[in-house]
Amino acid sequence: MTDAARESVQAALEQDDRPRIVSHLNPPPSYDLGDHPVPTGREETWRFTPLKRLRGLLDGEASDARLTWDQSVPEGVTVRTISQAEARELGEIAPNDRPAALAAANSGGATLVDVPAEAEVDEPVIIRLHGESVDDLVWGHLVLRFGHHSKATVVLVHTGSARYCAITTVLAGEGSQVNVLSLQDWDDDAVHLGRDAIQVGRDASVRHTSVSFGGDLVRMHANVEYSGPGGEAELLGLYFADEGQHLEHRLFADHNAPKTKSNVLYKGALQGQGAHTVWIGNVLIRQVAEGIETYEENRNLVLTEGCQADSVPNLEIETGEIEGAGHASATARFDDEQLFYLRSRGVSDKEARRLVLHGFFQDLIRKVGVPEIEERLTATVEDELAKNVLKGYEPVPT
Amino acid sequence: MSTLEIKDLQVSVATDDGPKEILKGVTLTIGDGETHAIMGPNGSGKSTLAYSIAGHPKYDITGGEVLLDGEDVLAMSVDERARAGMFLAMQYPVEVPGVSVSNFLRTAKTALDGEAPKLRTWVKDVNAALEQLNLDPTFGTRSVNEGFSGGEKKRHEIAQLELLNPKVAILDETDSGLDIDALKIVSEGVNRFRAQPGKGVLLITHYTRILRYIQPDQVHVFVDGRIAEQGGPELAEQLEAEGYDKYIKASAAAHG
Repeated sequence: MTDAARESVQAALEQDDRPRIVSHLNPPPSYDLGDHPVPTGREETWRFTPLKRLRGLLDGEASDARLTWDQSVPEGVTVRTISQAEARELGEIAPNDRPAALAAANSGGATLVDVPAEAEVDEPVIIRLHGESVDDLVWGHLVLRFGHHSKATVVLVHTGSARYCAITTVLAGEGSQVNVLSLQDWDDDAVHLGRDAIQVGRDASVRHTSVSFGGDLVRMHANVEYSGPGGEAELLGLYFADEGQHLEHRLFADHNAPKTKSNVLYKGALQGQGAHTVWIGNVLIRQVAEGIETYEENRNLVLTEGCQADSVPNLEIETGEIEGAGHASATARFDDEQLFYLRSRGVSDKEARRLVLHGFFQDLIRKVGVPEIEERLTATVEDELAKNVLKGYEPVPT
Repeated sequence: MSTLEIKDLQVSVATDDGPKEILKGVTLTIGDGETHAIMGPNGSGKSTLAYSIAGHPKYDITGGEVLLDGEDVLAMSVDERARAGMFLAMQYPVEVPGVSVSNFLRTAKTALDGEAPKLRTWVKDVNAALEQLNLDPTFGTRSVNEGFSGGEKKRHEIAQLELLNPKVAILDETDSGLDIDALKIVSEGVNRFRAQPGKGVLLITHYTRILRYIQPDQVHVFVDGRIAEQGGPELAEQLEAEGYDKYIKASAAAHG
């Protein structure tokens, strides 16, 4: 443990020596809508989100509109519809906010992606979800179940437009190796509220990646809890906010079992007037969670004037008997020394900026571990860069 | 042919107490095919000279000229200077996470030549350059300067020197932090570069050690932003024996 981490552990312990059961960072999970009042925007969990731009999603109107599905499912994996009751019986993680509770209530049933125990599937399951119009209100409900000692990858790709609100649970069985990626590549006007919650089984390792490029407002949760010791979670994220976009990623690593690990890395870039990103990294280390390790990091690169990047790491610690806990958050403009180094080799200013940004994201993309999607991510990042960095780009004065 | 002329160069940096003058009028000419060493104590302005010529934004040129084959270097942007044939091997090369060495080298080569290098010969050239500097072939896949040891950073700078093959190379304390084996490898790289006709080298160093492997045509002693003494290679030997003390005292007496 670093000195800084040790100090923050110490400070957290001194602050409050009463035994705490409920984290103040996240409301207790519940299916009951009464437990999730309509937010006013003043709540800690809603204060960054422009509620008006949710286009009435929180009213919870019933709707049977759907996104179109296009799936490629390798042999050995099944995809089928189950009832809401079955989803709960499977051990779905209950909603932790109003949108997730609305999705669970209004979905009319869930889609189960089922990877049998001990199945090792090399090819990824790819589910392409497409919306036709932002006028469509769509409630989504998914359960991704990975049997014990299985190994598989599931990719969800969101395109087109909709007001889409989904609750997704990832159940990673004992000793499983799970890779889940959710790509938000929406049209400009889409609204997407998504809650992904992951239960990491004993000795399982889960990588979850959330990538947000498109949409008017995207607010994604990635929550992790553990059903036994030895589980590991790696939470990755990449986002690129353009003019007027609100992209929000909220993480919660609930260390509720000993000897568990969480490692969070989210990287984002912002360009254009009113581009707004929010990253909230909550970590709770419960009393029982001795010997755990957690690290979370958020890096933002601000490319033009008029952008706002909010980055809030929170660490709640109820035991000091841990291996390590730390976080880092940095929001910066281009590094002059990097640009100078590249330009001193003959590379133009624009090309140097392109290269630095390419590297900034490549650093993360190479960790994703889904070759089928890496190329697409790299290409989309390049397209985004072309919008400002290579065309009519005015460097931010430093 | 390549000649680098530095005429009465004056440079200052911004500080909290206003601009501070670092170079107080430096004049020297690196003739065609010549190697010059600049030696001096810490804080004498050696690195400032290197970075000012390369165009680092931190330094304000308040007077003087720098000409490369008669072209006004100070009027050029940083990348234009490189494309005109200048190269700076840095004392502290900068990390560029996520950008591989091969991508970086290819991008630089493309920028310098105005077209992408022929793939087959380029890959061969890169592998040869890395091998000569005792860098592992997997080196190309690593992020630029990220996690490099001190020695790897310096060898990578010299690999770039050989691959990008400028007209004039400025080496800013390339010898610092190197053990004797690494120093020899790096010196051999510099010697291969300057064995080509017409290549100029400005070698900035605190120590005489590297001059045993890279024989300079001229040695300039820097003290307090000025050239305090100059001469042939024998001056380096004298400095080795006597140190900088006498020049520091003389400079203090002359300029207060």
